Amino acid sequence: MKKSKIILFILAFIIWIFLNWKPDWQHLLVGFFIAVFVSYITGDLFIYRAYILKNPLRYWYFAFYYIPIFLWECVKANFDVAYRVIHPALPINPGIVKVKTSLKTDTGLTFLANSITLMPGTLVVDVNREEGVLYVHWIDVKSKDVEAATKIIVERFEKILKKIFE
Amino acid sequence: MKLGKILRWILGVFVFGGVLAVIILKPLPFLFYHNLPRLGFLGRAIYIFILASFMCIYRIGKGPTGADRIVALDILGIMIVGLCAILTISTGRSWYIDIGIAWVLQSFISTLALAKYLEGKGFDE
Amino acid sequence: MNDLIGFILISIGLVFDLLGCVGLVRLPDAYNRLQAATKCVTMGTCSILFGTLLVIGFTAAGMKVILCMIFLILTSPVASHAIARGSHKSGVKLWEGSVCDAYAEDNK
Repeated sequence: MKKSKIILFILAFIIWIFLNWKPDWQHLLVGFFIAVFVSYITGDLFIYRAYILKNPLRYWYFAFYYIPIFLWECVKANFDVAYRVIHPALPINPGIVKVKTSLKTDTGLTFLANSITLMPGTLVVDVNREEGVLYVHWIDVKSKDVEAATKIIVERFEKILKKIFE
Repeated sequence: MKLGKILRWILGVFVFGGVLAVIILKPLPFLFYHNLPRLGFLGRAIYIFILASFMCIYRIGKGPTGADRIVALDILGIMIVGLCAILTISTGRSWYIDIGIAWVLQSFISTLALAKYLEGKGFDE
Repeated sequence: MNDLIGFILISIGLVFDLLGCVGLVRLPDAYNRLQAATKCVTMGTCSILFGTLLVIGFTAAGMKVILCMIFLILTSPVASHAIARGSHKSGVKLWEGSVCDAYAEDNK
């Protein structure tokens, strides 16, 4: 519980510095007291497993494996949507399919759902945590089978996110 | 049926192309302040935002179900942040981006509340 | 040079915003509209904000622009997820041309 409060204090202080650029000592003093107050009140609300933040390998994977793939998929998704919207015949083939995931933690599932939502042609509708199932609305259904859909949609991000958040 | 669709397409392309030509040829002159640099760019950007906002408002007014209206409201809220950023550049007043930050968070929370309402439950679930 | 790249990025963002709104008008049901509009408008607005950062540099407003981008990327997919779940639970039908609906089958 102590560690999570310290991490929240650091986050709140960084956001305060971003809001009051450039830092001088008066701003820093006021920000220090406000960050202590905020982290004292809401400290044990958000972060449960503080020990995973110690490993520097996770930051490495996050910065150099996750973010470039994520940005590339976003750009591809934009051009995909633009093509479908401009085309006069409206080439869509929508449906809701079911995919499986093996991630268990809250943060991992949140990041997986966000990445799937910004990927080309997919949108998460609901998450079932007990069975590890995601329901995905797909604008161009290529396969109704669970395994094949899992291979196309989930697998690329799941491998990276498992190294980062599990 | 077929003829009506073709006529609608021709009308839509005509209106859309006309508005885009107006945007390129005649930017809004001196809308806010005098003697600012890049005001032509600001005028063209504001035309595009007005066009996009009218599409959202059309969907809010017509949408067959409540979900369509909430989607359009969410999108309208995100676009206002982009408008704030463009106003920051072209007028040089940095408090516009403060409005942008506040607008992002407030729009997110209001969208969550509307989605919860759509689900048909109370707020405590 | 930074100004030029920034203005090009802002123009790209404006075009994608406009295309997202065209998708909002043209596509046939709420889920498809949600997809097109969320993707195009989120990344278009992020492109506008990044261009703004390049034009005004790392001043006080520039730092706030970075913060705004982070908040936008984190919150916008969550909002779309909430709208999709709520509309499916409230009984909004899929389009007639849809292929399959596994969610409705599992929640019988």
